[in-house]
Amino acid sequence: MPLRALIPIALVAGSAVLLAACGERGIDFGSRQGTRAQPVDLVLNEEGRPDPAVLAEEQVVYRGNGDEPSTLDPHRALGVPAAHILRDLFEGLTTEAPDGKVIPGAALRWNISRDARTYTFYLRRDLVWSNGEPLDAQDFVYSLRRAANPETASAGANALLPILNAREVLAGELPVEELGISLLDEYTMQITLTGPTPYFLSLLASPVAFPVNRANVEEFGDRFARPGNLVSNGAFVLADWKPRVSIELRRNPNFREADQVIMDRVVYVHTEELAAEIKQFRLGELDWTHEVPNNQFQWLQKNYPDELQVSPWMGSYFFGYNLTQEPFIDNPALRLALILAIDRDIITEKVTQFGEAPSYSLVPPGIDGYVPFAPHYADWSQEERNHEARRLFEQAGYSEDRPLRVEIRYNTSDNNKKIALAVASMWKQVLGVTSTLVSEEFRVFLQNREQKVITEVFRAGWISDYNDPYSFLEMFRSGHPRNDFGYHNDSFDALLDEVGTERVRARRERLMFEAERVLMADSVIIPVYSYVTKRLVNPHLRGWEPNVMDHHLSRYMFKLKSRPTAAARAAAGAPKIDAETGPAASSPPPAEAPGETAAGTVGEAPAAVDGATGQSDEGQGADATGDTPDGATGVDGATGVDGATGGAGATGGGAGR
Amino acid sequence: MRQEGILRHATNRILGLVPTMLVLITIAFFLIRVAPGGPFDSEKILPPEILANLEMQYHLDEPLLQQYFRYLGQIVTGDFGPSFHYLDQSVNELIARGFPVSATIGGLAMLLAFFAGILIGVIAALRQNSAVDYSVMGVAMLGISVPNFVIAPLLILGLAIYGGWLPAGGWDWSGQRMVLPVVTLALPVIAYIARLTRGSMIEVLHSNYIRTARAKGLPERVVLLRHALKPALLPVISYMGPATAALITGSVVVERIYNIPGLGSFFVQGAMNRDYTLVMGIVVFYGLVIILLNFVVDLLYAWLNPRIRYDEAP
Repeated sequence: MPLRALIPIALVAGSAVLLAACGERGIDFGSRQGTRAQPVDLVLNEEGRPDPAVLAEEQVVYRGNGDEPSTLDPHRALGVPAAHILRDLFEGLTTEAPDGKVIPGAALRWNISRDARTYTFYLRRDLVWSNGEPLDAQDFVYSLRRAANPETASAGANALLPILNAREVLAGELPVEELGISLLDEYTMQITLTGPTPYFLSLLASPVAFPVNRANVEEFGDRFARPGNLVSNGAFVLADWKPRVSIELRRNPNFREADQVIMDRVVYVHTEELAAEIKQFRLGELDWTHEVPNNQFQWLQKNYPDELQVSPWMGSYFFGYNLTQEPFIDNPALRLALILAIDRDIITEKVTQFGEAPSYSLVPPGIDGYVPFAPHYADWSQEERNHEARRLFEQAGYSEDRPLRVEIRYNTSDNNKKIALAVASMWKQVLGVTSTLVSEEFRVFLQNREQKVITEVFRAGWISDYNDPYSFLEMFRSGHPRNDFGYHNDSFDALLDEVGTERVRARRERLMFEAERVLMADSVIIPVYSYVTKRLVNPHLRGWEPNVMDHHLSRYMFKLKSRPTAAARAAAGAPKIDAETGPAASSPPPAEAPGETAAGTVGEAPAAVDGATGQSDEGQGADATGDTPDGATGVDGATGVDGATGGAGATGGGAGR
Repeated sequence: MRQEGILRHATNRILGLVPTMLVLITIAFFLIRVAPGGPFDSEKILPPEILANLEMQYHLDEPLLQQYFRYLGQIVTGDFGPSFHYLDQSVNELIARGFPVSATIGGLAMLLAFFAGILIGVIAALRQNSAVDYSVMGVAMLGISVPNFVIAPLLILGLAIYGGWLPAGGWDWSGQRMVLPVVTLALPVIAYIARLTRGSMIEVLHSNYIRTARAKGLPERVVLLRHALKPALLPVISYMGPATAALITGSVVVERIYNIPGLGSFFVQGAMNRDYTLVMGIVVFYGLVIILLNFVVDLLYAWLNPRIRYDEAP
């Protein structure tokens, strides 16, 4: 059937013409940028608060938030999207400032004992729940016990493990009353730990340590976290949950600092598809995106310079070696050769393109004052590294006559594939290594990693839950369940043991630095880059700061009003990012708006959520991977076209969502 | 007599449903558990104590056979159990939420496809081997061979982005948001129905009784609509059973591209998350819908074709 064969070709050709046309029309879009409404300058009053005169009339923020949370029960919820919402709904004993620093929350102050094992918390005395009932230390004791109770089956409860007896309580070996928490009086409580844990105060600011209202939980059972039922103690209360669409919060008038909260409403919009999320932002339906697709970075940089926000994040992307099998078992020279032969600048500048920092060690920069270890070759030029790599490669017994064949395994994702391809071609070029790329569905991949039988080089990555380098080092300890490398070094383990008991901060950091040095000297991983957070933010939205945790509480946010001239122009039909009319009121942009996509995005699949990003932080929620596996079903190809053409999506239809 | 036959047939079908569903449930139950990885696997491995608590809550710590019989017992009462991923929601709730959306879009698509497909097919059959026939069938061929993940973005591009007449995606139960997904889903079905109709219509038009009807001087309209079309629809009807089932249970591709909260994307997400109960629930639900629709097709058959009788004992 020759005709049948021709049809798809004709179609592809036809759509290519269409797409090309679209790209061409997009060229003049850059000039439209000046017509977007600009915010007025921020003016602070004498208290350091924004002057009411510069604030927009309607204080509502629409935050793109990735996947829909599986629940809003703070003790059972998992994943980044749920945590963002829960930090707005609840407040722990400690909380976070806009820059991510831990500050007093429900507790006014605390004492830490000399052995750094006992924390005494003094609660504020004027605390109330959103329903007006008083909140005291008893509520926190109840809540922490609930989170550790095996019946709650909290997957986030590992954050509680530093607490004395937590492991035994979780295992059901001790009753919850034995958990290292005691009530001293109505407003004072004490938490005892198994050992010094410098990041413990930041753990208390995480959802699993948030208080829940006992009467509320007992009345509604597992439905207490639904709109209409949920009683909370944070800056906002749950107003509405439109399944698979959005979650809406309203200002909590009973919050202890309610007078300081400017934002009236926060709408978390579920955005599973990155291409769709960008469309919504450009239509003015979102003030804040969860992420942006990698392949549109340059276009966004050019056209949305004020909106695009990129900042360091506490995650590392690297590859791991399987040290238990050939060819890497007992072959440090070969391992180091492969580490050296990668040009990380090319990967970050040409492949990932998102301002990621090239990395030569495990721990990313910016974590709680820790300065990561830098190996001697970090300062070399790539030629020097390649030279050394060739020398080591030969030393390991490989040459042109005896070439190395190696397999790179990764979980299916656009980004992983691009990086693996780049690494493979660098190895080929520098060392003549032939690599096979193997892409696997996420859970299959994890299982293969864990079994350490068929893996050779595999994608790894880590995004920390808490602001401490220990989180990165821990998984290389002998016997750690995530030690998929099969790494075993007694001196490394001994250093980590010391870290666990050291209470002097400087000495502890020194020990971690030393452990990282040992790890890198053993060439266990191939560092590639440190993660960044990347999103589009409405320039009218202020009060938030980039931070390495990527935690942004809506209570600090506020919206500026637009400059009048720009607003007048906006009324004439520019795309709405206008705080005064608000996203909901956005009107259809003019007809020429549609073609606005960079030609450069054509044909590139947008669903580039990095496997590591989502999964590491998501626990069981493989939703983030949802983007990844879909590629296999062919959906990705579809959205690829969608992303290219429909990235614009600026039709009237999107309005009013 | 005939009524009774149909009734007996219905009873047989409903009884036959039990073993079919049992086989379906059994295969699906063990297949999903064979898939590597479990619902609580992630890069951050849970401490064994916590994993044990989770497994206990979902009875994953029991022997597999015991889990299987527990599940069967649950299903009999119509309870699909709690979702492993959507923590405080039951699978029943999730299906109740996604199915109406998928069913609305799929049902409308089927309606559109039914009428448009038959119309096109009849026109092509009447003008057999003419330019009209070839062009209509050529377009139909296109409709069948071009996958919907190509059609959907092209429709968005043409009608939403350049035209600006329709929204590019999203869902709020409004008519204008349904147009594009419905058309996308309907196009290949229209094409298929048109081809089926054309084929059987040509065959019927050449049969003796049509010649007789024409010889008796019946008006062409009556010959076509009453005598030819009804039997010509038989293959269309038998195709429509499974096709309707496929449409109303949701298409992952269409739901993703148009950002529609239907059942199809739940199914794929569920499989990726190893959300055993959600996947099982949707499989069982799909199975029921397909069996039910096949039964409806049988009834329609009997009505359309007097040669098929259910009163003749099997």
